[in-house]
Amino acid sequence: MNGSSLAAVAPELLRLGVGLLALVGFIAANGMLLLYVERKVAGHVQRRPGPFEVGPHGLLQAFADAGKLVGKQLATPAGADGLLFWAAPLMAFMPVPLMFIAIPFGENLFGLQTNLGLVLILSFAGFNVLALCLAGWGSNNKWSLLGAARAVSQAVAYEIPLLLSVLAVALMCGSLDLRQLAGSQGGWPWQWNVAVQPLAFFIYFVCAVAETNRAPFDLAEAESELTAGVHTEYSGMGNGIFFLAEYANMIVVGCVATALFLGGSQGPFAPGPWWFLAKMYLLVTLVIFMRWTYPRVRFDQLLNLNWRWLMPLALVNLLATALAVKLAG
Amino acid sequence: MSWPAADPCQGLEGDLYARVFAEGARDDTLILNMGPQHPSTHGVLRVLLEMDGEYVMRAEPVLGYIHRMHEHMAQNRAYVQFFPNMGRVDYLHALAWNWAWAGAVEKLAGLEVPRRAEYIRVICTELNRVNSHLLWWGAYLLDLGAVTPIMYAFEDRELVMDMLQLITGSRLTYSSFRFGGVLTDIDTEFVSRCRAFLKRMPERLEMYRELVTGNAILRGRLEGVGVIDQMTARRYGATGPVLRGSGVGYDVRRAEPYGLYHEFDYAVPVHHDCDCMARYMVRMDELEASLSIVAQAIDGLPEGHCIHPDAPRGKWRPPAGEVYFAVEGARGKIGVYLASDGTEIPYRVKLRSPSFSNLSLFAEIGQGTLLSDAVAILGSLDLVIPEIDR
Repeated sequence: MNGSSLAAVAPELLRLGVGLLALVGFIAANGMLLLYVERKVAGHVQRRPGPFEVGPHGLLQAFADAGKLVGKQLATPAGADGLLFWAAPLMAFMPVPLMFIAIPFGENLFGLQTNLGLVLILSFAGFNVLALCLAGWGSNNKWSLLGAARAVSQAVAYEIPLLLSVLAVALMCGSLDLRQLAGSQGGWPWQWNVAVQPLAFFIYFVCAVAETNRAPFDLAEAESELTAGVHTEYSGMGNGIFFLAEYANMIVVGCVATALFLGGSQGPFAPGPWWFLAKMYLLVTLVIFMRWTYPRVRFDQLLNLNWRWLMPLALVNLLATALAVKLAG
Repeated sequence: MSWPAADPCQGLEGDLYARVFAEGARDDTLILNMGPQHPSTHGVLRVLLEMDGEYVMRAEPVLGYIHRMHEHMAQNRAYVQFFPNMGRVDYLHALAWNWAWAGAVEKLAGLEVPRRAEYIRVICTELNRVNSHLLWWGAYLLDLGAVTPIMYAFEDRELVMDMLQLITGSRLTYSSFRFGGVLTDIDTEFVSRCRAFLKRMPERLEMYRELVTGNAILRGRLEGVGVIDQMTARRYGATGPVLRGSGVGYDVRRAEPYGLYHEFDYAVPVHHDCDCMARYMVRMDELEASLSIVAQAIDGLPEGHCIHPDAPRGKWRPPAGEVYFAVEGARGKIGVYLASDGTEIPYRVKLRSPSFSNLSLFAEIGQGTLLSDAVAILGSLDLVIPEIDR
């Protein structure tokens, strides 16, 4: 498939279109699923059953919530910049399906084969901070503005060690193609990149939690300090789309971690997309558990952790990897 | 001892509320109204903040949103009719306020309280203190972003509320004390439940210590934050855990003994670090101290009446005179000043609420902190807003 003839391009485009549609469905379904999982996990962590009334074991609660959100009035606060205010949730969600297309869920289950898959995901992930920035500014609310200021400095700071840790793996495998990166690992846990690059995995995971604004790094939202931060003024689906984007971002970082560090769709036996999904959901559940367990860090502590620890560690790790690759190769 | 050095934020003298300043108002700062509706002001407190980015330059607590004229109400009704108000001044430690009112009137009229009634008062008040500290613990961690502990605290709290419901008839705003005793006696059901609770709590407190107190993030948030040195605390008249967290071992139960507290063996926890963590630790230690008092009181519960047979009932005329009576509440020194002219209704009542003095500290120690720290400091003062406004 060198893309020179029309006949060769058409199936590729078709694949892209079908892939995008399927991925939007996947994201929406996952939003519902994770909403339910999060509330159930929160419930059981807090020694209560969680949602229980709507459907068996509260299974339909997420649908009831979605219905409620869709049915609510979309209020624009007085004095807000209407265009920016409503562009923000869209901008938070739009890049999400694009990030998914490069993810290799299985050997042949992917939206787009590109040798820049990793770069594509990381660059589209950068849109999220722009959305939070617009939301904070457009809301005409001081709490939102403070939340946006926090979101921007947090995202900018944590993107660097995240990139550096990912780069170490890319350097090791000599590729930026997620499919190739995942395929270069074996089926057993000791053959995964996490066994070779445990520090990179740790740094990636911490940065991913911070990038997705999840507790204990949820400073942009910080309910007890900034009421709801950037989300304060959003009603109905405005808020709903932000939530959907947050869950989708969690899945994206989980997917990238799975493909980069945990062997992708390979497993000890019967390799396939189920292994990929199982590993990804395990990571996402871990993130959910963390949210309901830890207190929130303070802003200067968050940045100190990044600039004083994660960044130097990631740099050292990258240098060591480069040296090892050079010496071994 | 010396008075603290000059203001850390130089040139900021003035009235933030009226925006009248010694050096004029700045135009590069952000005025932020924290409250009266804000998750971390625990009720209808409003704190006016002048922010430079995330830093609090000036903080001004604004009161009065839940002022209900309790003191004036007291001057409109018979003595016994003021008990329900006491449960609503500080809804978290209602029984300490009950005791303050009962004690003031008993002191005025020279009424005698049977030993059994004194013991029941101690048991109920200390259980209520445990309840108050547990709620504070959960809510404080909620302020700090840990959402789960409050559910665990409420699990324990529920047991205490069930117990207190047995003997007081209410779950939160108790008004079961009377002049010369208490309204209802303790029964065997209460005693057995209480023993079960006392057996359960050490395990729970151990779990809280392991899961929460030792957490690195929590320690990072609390240690060295909101330092109130001894002199500052005294200057503002801070009492209770706030003062004991600043290294002053002042507890009304020891300093101005009332009831039968001198018969019990318990420690008054004092911590010397003066920061939010010290206040946190004082309250956690007080939970243990209160439980130990309850255990001793349950074991040594004397026989007798729960209220003096000659106790005054209904409309009753105490002698004329003035009296001041103080008790140790969960938040500090609760004082009742009472002036009687010998009629059926009090001539003048003044309530001294600890949260009012403790909150006043915030304007000073909130200066120069981060917004997150301001929330941590406000929470560490354990404010109950209805008590501040009264």
